[in-house]
Amino acid sequence: MYQYDKYDQAMVDARVAEFRDQAQRRLEGKLSEDQFKPLRLMNGLYLQLHAYMLRVAIPYGTLNSAQMHVLADIADKYDRGYGHFTTRQNIQYNWIKLEDAGDILADLAKVEMHAIQTSGNCIRNISSDHFAGAAQDELVDPRPYAELLRQWSSFHPEFMYLPRKFKIAVIASDTDRAAMRLHDIGIQIVEKDGEIGASFYVGGGMGRTPMIAPNIREFVPLDQLITYSEACLRVYNRYGRRDNKYKARIKILVHELGAEEYTRQVEEEFAHLLEQGIEPPLAELERIKPYFADPAFEDGAKTVDRSDPDFALWVDRNTHRHKHDSYVSAVISLKPVGGIPGDATAEQMHLMADLAKEYSFDEMRVMHTQNVVLPHVKIADLHALWTKLDAADLGTPNLDQIGDIIACPGLDYCSLANARSIPLAQKISERFAEGGKQDKLGELKLKISGCINACGHHHAGHIGILGVDKKGVENYQLSLGGSEAEDTALGKITGRGFDEEGVLNAVDTVTDVYLAKKEDGERFLDTYNRIGMAPFKEALYD
Amino acid sequence: MIILTGNDLKTGAVVWWDGVSWSAHVDNAVDVGDQAAEIMAREESSRRVNVPYSIEATKDENGVRPAHIKDRVRALGPTVRPDLTLKPADPDIGEWVI
Repeated sequence: MYQYDKYDQAMVDARVAEFRDQAQRRLEGKLSEDQFKPLRLMNGLYLQLHAYMLRVAIPYGTLNSAQMHVLADIADKYDRGYGHFTTRQNIQYNWIKLEDAGDILADLAKVEMHAIQTSGNCIRNISSDHFAGAAQDELVDPRPYAELLRQWSSFHPEFMYLPRKFKIAVIASDTDRAAMRLHDIGIQIVEKDGEIGASFYVGGGMGRTPMIAPNIREFVPLDQLITYSEACLRVYNRYGRRDNKYKARIKILVHELGAEEYTRQVEEEFAHLLEQGIEPPLAELERIKPYFADPAFEDGAKTVDRSDPDFALWVDRNTHRHKHDSYVSAVISLKPVGGIPGDATAEQMHLMADLAKEYSFDEMRVMHTQNVVLPHVKIADLHALWTKLDAADLGTPNLDQIGDIIACPGLDYCSLANARSIPLAQKISERFAEGGKQDKLGELKLKISGCINACGHHHAGHIGILGVDKKGVENYQLSLGGSEAEDTALGKITGRGFDEEGVLNAVDTVTDVYLAKKEDGERFLDTYNRIGMAPFKEALYD
Repeated sequence: MIILTGNDLKTGAVVWWDGVSWSAHVDNAVDVGDQAAEIMAREESSRRVNVPYSIEATKDENGVRPAHIKDRVRALGPTVRPDLTLKPADPDIGEWVI
């Protein structure tokens, strides 16, 4: 894992002191809320429905045991005993007191963490493949590039007041596990003629106007990675729609200009920037890389004893192939049947930290699907690991099943939401688990957002659900056919919306259509793509 | 009736104007009639409340009920965590929100 140098630590420590002073001045009435709000948002502190909410950055979702223990301690000491892992691979706390915020940030800084740029119109936490550095199918570990981008984007003076928030994802395999093309900038590390470089996708996003990012350059040499990123941002910063919040994301600019014209302007700016010499020396990337070097893998067992069917099911569903054949990546499900997606108690966080220390070289990853990965687990240790997870309600075997639901906090916590997401997720999870239907469905990604901002990624769900406010009553729109993987697609709305019970039944209905129509080996999404919307619509509305 | 709500400056907790101060319980909220703007300006400037706003509500023998579901969630707490609501002993209290 990357470790702060003296500059990283000095910047974070200085910010803690600065924000502690700002919060104190707010408490003393020397700053009004209008003056204070942009300052607290720069430090991840929102005012939500019930209290202040603090979002803590977890760069590219990677953290170690000491960091997870501190996150658990914060949940216990300053919050109400739990935290919520988010679709940006971060964690947020729902019950923070303003008077504690400075102390919390100081605790975070001691383990090289912070909440900087987890809100506001700036470059947010860089996200990446949660199996980075472990996946058998990756070209290289994408995290050194994500770390370089993190350093470039942290406190970047030119990009602290962008037209709107800005999200970047970096992957290094053809399998997309980071929703890369649904980001403002999606970067895929690629190889061309034996040289490693970056392929740039710009102008994707979800929200009220979902767009899939077009590829604007197939190959950027590594010694121009930052310069090209800067050019993409500069064109956006100059021409992004500051006049209209709802048209201010880069996807709108790219769409309105057209990808070709946007690319032309980026290339022009890029040529100009190359003359300025802003690119960090490759030596910086080489300095970063050793922090992500492989741990000392050992040869060992290649298979598990499958005599316990519950264990065997968990292995089949919740482990992922590793580049070393004696290891796997093990997914800790934060989606127990009927549970709140992404929530973990302080006790569970402490346990995950301990298990990472014991079984995964002291490393964890937060997934954008709101689960946690132990990236490097010996196959020989899997049963012992599963036994401990299962005892703590962390061993649900449902990765990529219908019960592995992404759900935003919704109206239970979020001031922007129009409808509740979590109760619906809980009921779907229970209905499909208890009847055994989940087992028949195979891979089926269901995602729920409580408003059009789409924090629950509903546009990209094989089945997506959007909560809306219909004359003061919660109503839910159903969409089908979305994907955030390498076959990125935006779901299409089936038709009129439903109340909560109605949308539960609708999910039942569309999965019945799938089971009736599927051909060998087809996932729900494959069947939908083959037969189209009509049979689903007919079953729902006729 | 028109009632006032906001968040406590220090804790961020949801509070309701009870005619004298700010209460955690919506049932203590009073009708402010046409005094909303004046009270909010005074209370915000004295730092007793953060971002206050006025809402419509009804009152009957069961208490005060905000007109919009969002404010009913604010009044109660998260429906998915009854233990963290203001009425943790009532497992069905979430139904009040709907």
